[in-house]
Amino acid sequence: MADAIVEISHVYTSFGPQAIHEDIDLRIDKGEILGLVGGSGSGKTTLVREMIGLDQPTSGTVTLFGERLDQIEPDRLARLRQRCGVLFQGGALFSALTVYENIAFPLREYRALDRRLINDLVYMKLAAVGLDADVARRLPAELSGGMTKRVALARALALEPELLFLDEPTSGLDPVTAQAFVHHLKNLHRELGFTAVVITHDLDLMHDLCTSLAILADRRIVALGKPAKVAHDSHPYVVAMFSGERGLRVFGGLAS
Amino acid sequence: MTDAGAIKGQEKDEMPLMVPEAAGFHTATDEEGRSCVTLTGNWTLRGIGARGDELSYALKPYTQSHANVAWDCRDVQALDNVGALILWRLHGFDRPRDIKARPEHSALLHRWSERQTPPYTKIKQARSLNQALLAMEQGLISHAHDFTTLLGQIVLDIVLLARRPADIPWREISATIYHVGVRALGITAIVGALVGVVMSYLSALELQAFGAQSYIVNILGLSILRELGPLLAAILVAGRSGSAMAAELGVMRLTEELDALSAMGVSRTVRLILPKLVALGIGLPLLVIWTDAIALIGGMITAHMELGISIPSFIHGIPSAVPVINLILGIAKGMVFGVVIALIACHFGLRIKPNTQSLGLETTNAVVTAITAVIFVDAVFAIAFRGLGLP
Repeated sequence: MADAIVEISHVYTSFGPQAIHEDIDLRIDKGEILGLVGGSGSGKTTLVREMIGLDQPTSGTVTLFGERLDQIEPDRLARLRQRCGVLFQGGALFSALTVYENIAFPLREYRALDRRLINDLVYMKLAAVGLDADVARRLPAELSGGMTKRVALARALALEPELLFLDEPTSGLDPVTAQAFVHHLKNLHRELGFTAVVITHDLDLMHDLCTSLAILADRRIVALGKPAKVAHDSHPYVVAMFSGERGLRVFGGLAS
Repeated sequence: MTDAGAIKGQEKDEMPLMVPEAAGFHTATDEEGRSCVTLTGNWTLRGIGARGDELSYALKPYTQSHANVAWDCRDVQALDNVGALILWRLHGFDRPRDIKARPEHSALLHRWSERQTPPYTKIKQARSLNQALLAMEQGLISHAHDFTTLLGQIVLDIVLLARRPADIPWREISATIYHVGVRALGITAIVGALVGVVMSYLSALELQAFGAQSYIVNILGLSILRELGPLLAAILVAGRSGSAMAAELGVMRLTEELDALSAMGVSRTVRLILPKLVALGIGLPLLVIWTDAIALIGGMITAHMELGISIPSFIHGIPSAVPVINLILGIAKGMVFGVVIALIACHFGLRIKPNTQSLGLETTNAVVTAITAVIFVDAVFAIAFRGLGLP
């Protein structure tokens, strides 16, 4: 049995009177790529923020790398977070720093690497996400949407994370770029063997990248398992999602 | 061998996740007299930690002659880019002839051998005096250009609005007057009253020495109405509203709201800049009157307590002691200061580039320049109207 990287048990979250999560149980194993799927406002991002300890659930426990986040000391949590990479939805690149400095930032903060090593690693990460070396001197404001996502991914990968959180990695990308992005992610996953949690609405991404899917609807996880299995779940939201025209086109091959 | 590797992998999975085994190596000599370097542990960022240099130094002797050394990376528990890079740098980015690695690590190692990275360069180079002067000149030209464009656009908009009065943004003007004027009443009152008290108290000591107590009315009336009231109100508003206006425009640039306005065919000068100009042009003179009044009240009470001048006689003394033109001049100065502050804040606000550093820099510039400009304009007024309203 593989190790559980993230374990969520009996998590309830509510903002004021509004309940977001009710009794959520989820376990993410090493090497898995879990697609977190759900409608807008279903609390996907909140759940991911709880996994990194940015938000606290109202009740229930979140365990990251075997440590309970509600009982952890701040410096220990900081060290745990160094083992995670997060790709925020909008990229969240530091707008005052160049692309090079953005990727070098976590490496410098790690305080164990010399400048030449950081230099080589930065250009290596850039190449790994399919960007040319001359992008390094640009500012985030001068990048296109797809480039911003790639740079953000390079920054998320900078510290060789064991666990990667991707918040809508392909939203706002054209189909060609999105496909290339998924391809890159897949290659990186094969080489580096990280575990990933992907928030997405992209059916192609779920099909091509994810090793398992968790569907969040009605404040609960209504379906969990391999994409092919989840696609045939009988919950109304899942049916609407995977039996629509686009759902059938992407997942139809699995049914037969 | 692959089986052994798989078993090793299993063992690794059962280790506590928090502490990866440190990177290390051991050496042996085989029967042919060749050295064999076996790498162990986690050759990863966390496994190596700060010991990168130490490991490189210890392994350096084995990289001198490739032929005599066999490298064995099969016992490595994990290898990532950092580990691969350190190994490869050791070998001068040249693949050692005899190296054994697990297949999944081979790919990683191989990748570095064909990678060309640009050398480390410092981004900022020292500029010569010539370049610095040139940059300064270009900066000045671009400021002059932007400011002229802004002024021209405002003049064009005023002409446009004169022809179509229905388009005048009354709501924005009214809202801005509330924000820059009404909400500044408290702070201007506090500062005005304190300055009035201080002025009155200090003058009282000096006047008592000469027995000229009744002149306190002249000193306070003239200095507050002509100079201190307008200047205090303007400096407070420049700091308060100047920064807010510049930052507001900057954030609107950051979030593409400026572009959204333009895309809807709404002029940003009419909707955003003109209301600020008009609101400060109306609001600041009103604040000047308010500050004048509070400062005089503060001075009056202090004069009553220190010099025994009765409050009614102070109030009746002001019109005869201070020509009314001083009050009008003060209010006019307030109006000019208001327009200058709004213009400068909008100028710097529109120059903000979509990044956080620029936002902070230009907001600071807006406030500093606005305060400096206010004092400069005040000096111009002092010289231009020196023959007016002074005894």
